[in-house]
Amino acid sequence: MAVPKIVGIETEYGVALRGAAEPNPVVASSLLINGYVEQRRVGWDFEDESPGRDARGFARDGAQPPEVETHLVNAVLTNGARYYVDHAHPEYSTPECADPLEVTRYDKAGERILARSMDAARRLLPADQEVVVYKNNSDGKGNSYGCHENYLVDRNVPFALLVRNLIPWFVTRQVFTGAGKVGSENGADPVDYQITQRADFFEEEVGLETTLKRPIVNTRDEPHADPQKYRRLHVIVGDANLCEVATFLKVGTTAIVLSMIEDGFIDKDLSISSPVAAIRAVSHDPTCRATVDVAALGRCTAIELQWEFLRLARKYADESGLEACGDEATGAMVLDRWESVLSALETDPMSLDGQLDWVTKLSLLEAYKARDGLKWTDPKLELLSVQYHDVRPGRSLYESLVRKGKIERLLDDDDVVAAMADPPASTRAYFRGTCLARWADSVVAANWDSLVLDVGSDPLRRIPMMEPTRGSKEHVAALFAQVTTPRQLVERLTAS
Amino acid sequence: MAEREQKKKPAPKEREEVVEEDVAAASERGEKLKEDIDDLLDEIDSVLEDNAEEFVRSYVQKGGE
Repeated sequence: MAVPKIVGIETEYGVALRGAAEPNPVVASSLLINGYVEQRRVGWDFEDESPGRDARGFARDGAQPPEVETHLVNAVLTNGARYYVDHAHPEYSTPECADPLEVTRYDKAGERILARSMDAARRLLPADQEVVVYKNNSDGKGNSYGCHENYLVDRNVPFALLVRNLIPWFVTRQVFTGAGKVGSENGADPVDYQITQRADFFEEEVGLETTLKRPIVNTRDEPHADPQKYRRLHVIVGDANLCEVATFLKVGTTAIVLSMIEDGFIDKDLSISSPVAAIRAVSHDPTCRATVDVAALGRCTAIELQWEFLRLARKYADESGLEACGDEATGAMVLDRWESVLSALETDPMSLDGQLDWVTKLSLLEAYKARDGLKWTDPKLELLSVQYHDVRPGRSLYESLVRKGKIERLLDDDDVVAAMADPPASTRAYFRGTCLARWADSVVAANWDSLVLDVGSDPLRRIPMMEPTRGSKEHVAALFAQVTTPRQLVERLTAS
Repeated sequence: MAEREQKKKPAPKEREEVVEEDVAAASERGEKLKEDIDDLLDEIDSVLEDNAEEFVRSYVQKGGE
């Protein structure tokens, strides 16, 4: 039986400091995070305030940007997420979640946290400066930044088995995970529009790198859990998605495929020849008719190989259930959506406008091309392609489409807002988030797999959390109800 | 032979009416769709950054991960 597919999404946002003479992305990223954390710390609620009023109230013309101690910027939030500066980008890592719908909710909550951070940064900056973030993966000039997924995997599964099955999976799932991009980069063949932002940047099949010569399967081995039992598969090949359907499907299908690999359920050799060329070929063909060579199937399209994965997944669900991927209902929702999306991709990909990012964006670009008579090389199309990902609600083209009712939603806005502050109930993130919400001043350090508490006397107390499914609401809600101080919590934990 | 043809082909008048209705409905739908798209693009025009060329030139990121 596969281990629970505890999952997280780590997003590096694109960042621009507008109006500054020498914009420094590290400073800009730090401003966002410090601004957000400070505003939370003092309980600064500006839910009902307008950004314009904020700027007038808090910024002065000619004011200097504040000094920022960038090395300190690494925050753990009460929702269990980590929010920090990675390289030259603000990065938001969702808390560990137990199913694809939950992680989609925490991923969308991340966008709102970034939007709130931009408001907070605006208060700290001169009126003519602004930090703007984009939830995309490339600047169109050969620089890419990632949206990584991580999945809990049984340590006993041979890594070579994962690699063999995951390469064809990652090459072909692009048809629904892509966020769409105008043109190509990094020496790839020229193309007007392609399905993913990331495919051009993958140059190896397997490896440890993430910043150059990126591999389709990344071997980073940081389990952040009991290393004897678990591996934490670090997936770097995906795009950042705005469409809830796309994120849900990306994570849900991948969790099912991983469970099948763990349980030895994939009984065919689905290896693809020349995967690095194949990943680009699939991405470069928005008609989804490009073919790849699959050992057991011969020459076939990405969609045909996806049908084979789905056929196996249906059989797996019947025989073993989908409990490892959350509950049965969510698993069934993944399978049904997967099937309807593959059918639509086969007959008319454009019918997925409002479900998949690459189709939604392409549809918008085609409409502009038709109305304004634009060529694919027109900068206006590139602008539209980038601004689709703008995280400011008033500027985001994706959000414009949401307001027009053009985007299919899976989540309730109130639930997403709640996920900005409250941890998921299903994993150890509940323990972490609750400790931070109740005793922020006593939490000396918080990490994925431990928490260090100052209980008022030496020494500091470290609470290990090596089992990601433990520390859930079910496990610890009663305990939290019985204690009022961190000292009592530690006493109770050590007594049991 | 003649009998079969008669069965296949409905009376000319009846057939014409059907076609007319389809065209009208389709063109109405088409116009509504076009209005929708025009409306959407107008709204997007109002939030789009002013200078596309300048925006694209200045959007440069450092590699990450």
